[in-house]
Amino acid sequence: MNTYLVEHKMLLGVLLGIVFGIVSRLLMLRTDYRQYPTYPHGRIIHISLGVIAAALGAVAVPALYNKDYTAITFLSLAAQQFRDVRKMERETLTKIDELELVSRGSTYIEGIAMVFEGRNYLVIMSALLTSLFAIIWNVYLGIAGGILSLLIVRLLKSGKNIAHICRTEGAEVRVDGPDLFVGDIYIMNVGLRENQEIIRERGMGFILTPYNPNGKVTISNLGQRQAILYDLSTILGIFRDDGEPSLIPMAKLDMKDGRLAIFFLPQDKDMTKALKVINKVPILESAVRMPTEASVNKEAPNNG
Amino acid sequence: MAKIVAVVAVQHEKVGGGAPIFIEPDEKQMQQTAFLLEKILDASAHDLKNGTIIIVNHH
Repeated sequence: MNTYLVEHKMLLGVLLGIVFGIVSRLLMLRTDYRQYPTYPHGRIIHISLGVIAAALGAVAVPALYNKDYTAITFLSLAAQQFRDVRKMERETLTKIDELELVSRGSTYIEGIAMVFEGRNYLVIMSALLTSLFAIIWNVYLGIAGGILSLLIVRLLKSGKNIAHICRTEGAEVRVDGPDLFVGDIYIMNVGLRENQEIIRERGMGFILTPYNPNGKVTISNLGQRQAILYDLSTILGIFRDDGEPSLIPMAKLDMKDGRLAIFFLPQDKDMTKALKVINKVPILESAVRMPTEASVNKEAPNNG
Repeated sequence: MAKIVAVVAVQHEKVGGGAPIFIEPDEKQMQQTAFLLEKILDASAHDLKNGTIIIVNHH
């Protein structure tokens, strides 16, 4: 048995790398409430690409071992390939977005597309690490390396969510003549009595209070706000149809103190669920700003 | 930029200008016309609180 393992070290290393690469892709491929990637074909596409990524990562080590240094340029081909994946995802989602009742917004789409590209690189890394361990030492250490890489992948997979940067509370929706308020924040002017009635009956309001200046800038980002509205309307359903511009969900900022008011008409008017949904909205990488990290703010006497 | 696509009013002398103007005898009729225009034009109705409703296209 042992002689077999030693004799076929390269082959076993590559196979092990591929297996762990695929496992890590499967681990990172979740079709949740957003139903994206779509089932089944969207998933098939991504699993297949994951297999390719795993194979690319796994063969890099034996290629180097055999002093075949030019083989490493193969990885650049992979990078090109996965940039195309990102482009493909972006284009598809942008097209689909045009026909959504509440759109995702381009920041959310860019975030999703980025995740697809990034996860393929994580697969390459995982396969590379596994095959490296298996070939340099032995198969058992290869398995250990693989498990380690899966842990790293798990750690890198999840981002932060709204609950990390601000406190969310339910707020009263007030219709004062044509003026619509959530708490004390003005949202919009609703001209028709019919719509005012609907809003009075079904409207839900929330106020998000950021913990610090960084959170303030992040939730003021229009893409981040659209992401919150999109998640709310996907999970709780939206009371709206095409050609009803007054019933649009909205997020408005209190410019004085940076609080964000959200107005929304759900199908399922359940405050506890809604607060949970908002708290779990992912923070979009492209919306994050860190003004407190700037040198001018760090040196200032009363920072933030 | 948002564009006013129609104006519905009860007092003729209060309105004028480029957009189509609909004069209605009372507040109730004004609401009804505004409702229809909102659906037909796919634009939102906003109340100026002076007996005038404007239909605005925000797209």
